[in-house]
Parts: sequence; structure tokens; C-alpha cells
Amino acid sequence: MARLLTSVAILGATATAAMAQVSDDVVKIGILNDQSGVYADFGGTYSYQAALMAVEDFGGTVLDMPIEVVTADHQNKPDVASNIARQWYDTEQVDAIMELTTSSVALAVQALSAEADKITMTTGAATTELTGAQCTANGFHWAYDTHALAVGTGGALVEQGGDSWFFLTADYAFGYSLEEQTGAYVTANGGEVLGSVRHPLSSNDFSSFLLQAQASGAKVIGLANAGLDTQNAIKSAAEFGIVQGGQRLAALLFTLAEVHGLGAEAAQGLTLTESFYWNRTDESREFAQRFFERTQAMPNMVHAGTYSAVTQYLKAIQAAGTDATAAVSELLHTLPVDDVFSQGGTVGANGRLITDVYLLEVKAPADITTDWDYFNVLATIPGSEAFIDPAESGCALVAAN
Amino acid sequence: MSHSDATAAPAPAAVQGATRIKAVILLAMLGFLLLVPMFLYPIFLMKILCFALFAAGFNLLLGYTGLLSFGHAAFFGGGAYFTAHAVKVWGLSPELGILVGVIGAAGLGLIMGLIAIRRQGIYFAMITLALSQMFFFFCLQAAFTNGEDGIQSVPRGIFLGVLDLSNQINMYYFVLGVFLLGILAIWRIINSPFGMILKSIRENEARATSLGYTVARYKLAAFVMSAAIAGLAGSVKSLVFQFATLTDVAWQMSGEVILMTLLGGIGTLIGPVIGAGLVVTLQNYLATSPLPVTVITGVVFMVCVLLFRRGLVGEFYASRIGRRLGFKSDS
Repeated sequence: MARLLTSVAILGATATAAMAQVSDDVVKIGILNDQSGVYADFGGTYSYQAALMAVEDFGGTVLDMPIEVVTADHQNKPDVASNIARQWYDTEQVDAIMELTTSSVALAVQALSAEADKITMTTGAATTELTGAQCTANGFHWAYDTHALAVGTGGALVEQGGDSWFFLTADYAFGYSLEEQTGAYVTANGGEVLGSVRHPLSSNDFSSFLLQAQASGAKVIGLANAGLDTQNAIKSAAEFGIVQGGQRLAALLFTLAEVHGLGAEAAQGLTLTESFYWNRTDESREFAQRFFERTQAMPNMVHAGTYSAVTQYLKAIQAAGTDATAAVSELLHTLPVDDVFSQGGTVGANGRLITDVYLLEVKAPADITTDWDYFNVLATIPGSEAFIDPAESGCALVAAN
Repeated sequence: MSHSDATAAPAPAAVQGATRIKAVILLAMLGFLLLVPMFLYPIFLMKILCFALFAAGFNLLLGYTGLLSFGHAAFFGGGAYFTAHAVKVWGLSPELGILVGVIGAAGLGLIMGLIAIRRQGIYFAMITLALSQMFFFFCLQAAFTNGEDGIQSVPRGIFLGVLDLSNQINMYYFVLGVFLLGILAIWRIINSPFGMILKSIRENEARATSLGYTVARYKLAAFVMSAAIAGLAGSVKSLVFQFATLTDVAWQMSGEVILMTLLGGIGTLIGPVIGAGLVVTLQNYLATSPLPVTVITGVVFMVCVLLFRRGLVGEFYASRIGRRLGFKSDS
């Protein structure tokens, strides 16, 4: 009898132990990004759909526990984002937050997640600070960063013959760093920077800047700006016939979603860098088609990156046998990343996903055969070249390892 | 929360009753503020308190002096940046950090005020907007603000060396204390002879001048006080959220505080507080709904402007119950 009781007790104990492996009997992922502002197409609800897709493709459960995805619109306000993130962690048992468009939001949420001992996987923000000086043990940066964009557009384009550059730079830190990083890769690859002109943030009139760029005779005009500024500059450039005049336009932060918004007519000839293009392999086409059926849009690198981040997170939980932060974070650092977004990707000790990026060129409208088929892939840049070597990232955790 | 109107002179017993009811309302509100962190999320409440103080400071200028500033984000965001920098880089304690923020914001207010109060009406609003945009671009480019990354991971520190502010509940009561002090200061200002002069300037500037008041100096003083209170709110907010970013200095923030004040009711002490609570709650709860936040906030604003022109609290004061209690808005 005593033996029976003991075995029942042991059985009960192991059962509770198995239950305790997943906190609160549910794995909860939060998708926090801008869903009504300027980045609504860049990430937005599409990223949420990508996350839902990842969960469905994973089977809807991990370790026999349901997976839930919650989402919120941070309206590009770091305080709203911070408030929601803390509330998710403290009262709604969210285990990890992903996407995090906008640098100030991503940095803030990554910092508070480190304090709360939770995982963040940023796909929507560009700053290399996330895996540099402000890196954290549980913070991961997935899809892209400014360094990869600079290497892709700056370095690879020179090899394609674009060896003299003129920059149109947004007059603030983000613009300077893009110009500086890209310029460095241009000169490192044997190109030269003929000059640059700085325009104020949120400028409407690019004509005088574009005329200077045109007059410089540079083969490539680099747009070291973002969002609406890039769109306005491209539109003005189309009106001036800059691409038809033989110069190339290179946008440093621009994705499929923005090209679609602008239309192939205005964007033709534009070169840009993304870490994902849907019409590249059979696998990516199949994924994109399913994504399109849900959202009526093809995925860009942020959407596909979010899909990959969610998938990898779930794989790590599966492999760890628990959703405890330390164990999952450990596996996220070591598991190879192989999915539709990244083939043979690795994660550095600073949390940076090292994956291939692609130099893309917008086709002429006549060459576009199917909807959303905007790009020619000009070059593939291996991840080890595109991203900062973790040892040189300035992340204190790398030195500690 | 508003002083009773002596000229209306209802029967003494009624006045006494009304005063008692008002005292009960005041105590109930205080009790609510003390107990509410047990039911609602402290960070969310602290955010409301910061914005409420910001809106109340703004209302000191709009509601009581009649000056519509479109540049208050500069003081709010400036206070946040100064405090964040002082606490994070210089390693100051939170109370000294807040002092730096308030003094910095007041200094900004002095400079902007000196230029802006020379003009009235729309020109005043435009000059404040232009100056605050100049400050925005300064913050965008200055090295100490880290551009669009913002100043992150600001330590909350230990208040006066005793109260550990990294505890959410401690932080809440600290913020509540600052908020109540700020509201008390505003109440004192508007109910002082100085406040009466401000109101007289609002009602009729020419007459105030003819009575011998140096109007420009009073307006400047009000502007600087309002800036200092906005700066105080920003300073505290940077400690609550542990960062200072460009969002707080952007012109949209100046618009948001106007929205809060108008929704709650200008020229009432409590109106901006209610307005701030409403706007922040909308932002927070709509964030997780599929509805577009900006559209809903816009619709709420339109409905309020069309239906409650005095703002929520202003309408209550003007209603029969409000009047019987002796409430009166100062606008």
C-alpha cells in the first residue's frame, strides 16, 4: 500500500513537473508594431498575420500546449509600446515580444525585457545598437539592420559597376550613419563618393537636391533616408527622368511593400537591399502565395522575418522542452536557422541573425509578368559579409563568452 | 476643486452643504488615487498622471491666461531629455535629475516666452510652434539625445536615498506625490492675486494694461510657470518609462496636450486631468483592438467639440447638478 502511495505521489510529481515546463499552460507571443502610422505597410498587421501563419504551420501547439499570438499597435510611441510590453509581461503572461518596428521602440522594449527576463526578437527596426552597445542576453535581431543595408547596396552595387556615388542624406543621425556606412563600403570596393547633400527630415521638395545629384555626374544616387522622404525623392527623381538619364537610384531602407505603394512606373530602376524576396525559390513562392491569400499582399523581409522569428522561437521551445527564458534563449543562440526566410542562418552571441541578403533592382513595368513581381535579384551577399562580426559589434556579451 | 462663486450668494446652508459635498468629492478622488494601483496597472496610471500634469500645466496658460501655445512639447520633451541625461550620464539622484529637467524646461520657456509673448492669437501660436520645431530639430541632431534611438535604459534610482523607485508601487506613489504637488501649485497660482491678474489679462488685455499692470511681464511669468510644470511632467515621465525619445518633443505632442485639455474642459483645474486620462486610455486600449487608433481619437474629439463644447468637466460644471454644487469653470 505504501509503495502504491509512493508511486502515485511520484506520478503526481512528474505530472506537475511536465505541466510546469510551459508557464501558465500556454505559449504566448506578442507582436508589437506600428499598425496605423507610416510603417503600417512595412510591418503592420501583415506581420501579425505572418506570426499567425508561423503558428499554424507549426501545428498550433508546442509541447502539447496551445500557442497564442497577441498584437498591439504602438502608434510609433515608445511610451505606448513600453506600457503595453510591461502589461503583457506582468498581467497577460506573454513569453516573448517580436517585430518592434522603429528603433526607439525596439531599444526600449529590448531593455525592459532584459529586466523582466523575457525574450525579444526584433524584425522591424534597423539600428545596429540592438546587437551592439545595447545588446542583451535575451534580445535577438532578426531580419535586417543598417549595416546589412549599407553593405548590400553600397558594396555590392559597386561590383555591379556603380562605382561613383552621390548621397542625398536625411539631416539627422540615422541619415549620417547610413551615408557613412554605405560610403565606407563604396570606397572599400574601389568606388568613390563624389559628394553629398543634406536635406531636412520630412522634406517635400527634392528638386534642388536632385539637380545637384544629377549635375554631379555620379553613376549612383544613394538615398540615405527613410519612409516618406525616400518615397518623395524617388517620385521627384522619376519626374526629372534621372534613371532614364543613365544614373541609378539606390534606396537604403526600402522594401517590397513601399515599391508596391509607389508603383513600378515611378520606382523602376531603383536598387535596394532586402534579406528576403518572395519570387526567388519555389519554397519562397509557395510561402508567399499562402501569405497573399491571407493578406492580399506579398511578404517583404519584415513579414517573412517575423514568420521566421516565430518559427525559430517555437523550435527552440520544442528542443528545450520548456519555455523558460534562459533555456530557450540558449537554444536560439545555437540552433541553426533553416526556413523559408533564411537558409543556413546562424545567430551570434550578440543575438544577431547572420543570414544572406539580396541586392534587388526594380524591373521596368514592361518586364513585370505577374503581380508583385517587382525585382531582379542582382546579387546575393553572404551573411558573414552583410552583418557585423559579433566579435566587433561592441556587444559586451560577446567579450564575456 | 473650483472656488465657489461669492457673487451668486446662495443661502448659507446651501453653501455649507455644497462645500461639504465638494470636500467629499475631493476626498473620494484622493482615496481613489491612493488605492487605484491595486486594481489597475501602475505604469499605465503613472503615464496618465504624467500627462495629466502636463495638460494641467498647459491649461494654466490656455485656460487661465488665454494664450494658446502650440509648442508645449518642447518643454515636456525637453524636461524628459534633460532629466534622462542628468540621471543616466551625470549619475544624479532622481530628485536632482527632476530639478535639472524643470530648470531646463523653465529656461527654455523663458527664451521662447520672451520671443512669443510679443504677439497675440494665431501669431503667438505659430511662433511657439516654430520655436518648438527648432528645438525638435536640435534634439534630432544633438549628440546627447542619440537621435531617433533616444536616451534608453535611464535608471530610476533611489529617491532621497531611501525610496527605491525601481519598485512599481513605490514609483507610483512618488509620481502621485509629484502630481499632487504640481496640481496644488497650479491651484495656488490661479487662486492668488497673481492668478486674478492673469484672468483679467485673458478677459481684457487692454483694460489690464490701463489698470497699470505690466501685462507682458505677467504673461511671461505665466508662460515660464506653465513650461516648468510641463517640464516637471516630462522629467517624471522619463523616469517612469526609463527613456526619453523624440516622440515627446514632436509637434504631435503639442497637439495631443491641446486635445486633452479641450476634451476635459479648459479653465477647470480637473478638466485637463480627466482629458489626459481619457486620451491615454484610448491610446492604450485601442492599441490592442483592430480599430485604427488615430481615427477613433479623431472621432472622439469631433464628437466632443460638437456636443460638449465646454469639455467633459466644463459641461458637468455648467449642468444643473454642477451649478447647484457651486462649481464654476474659469472660462
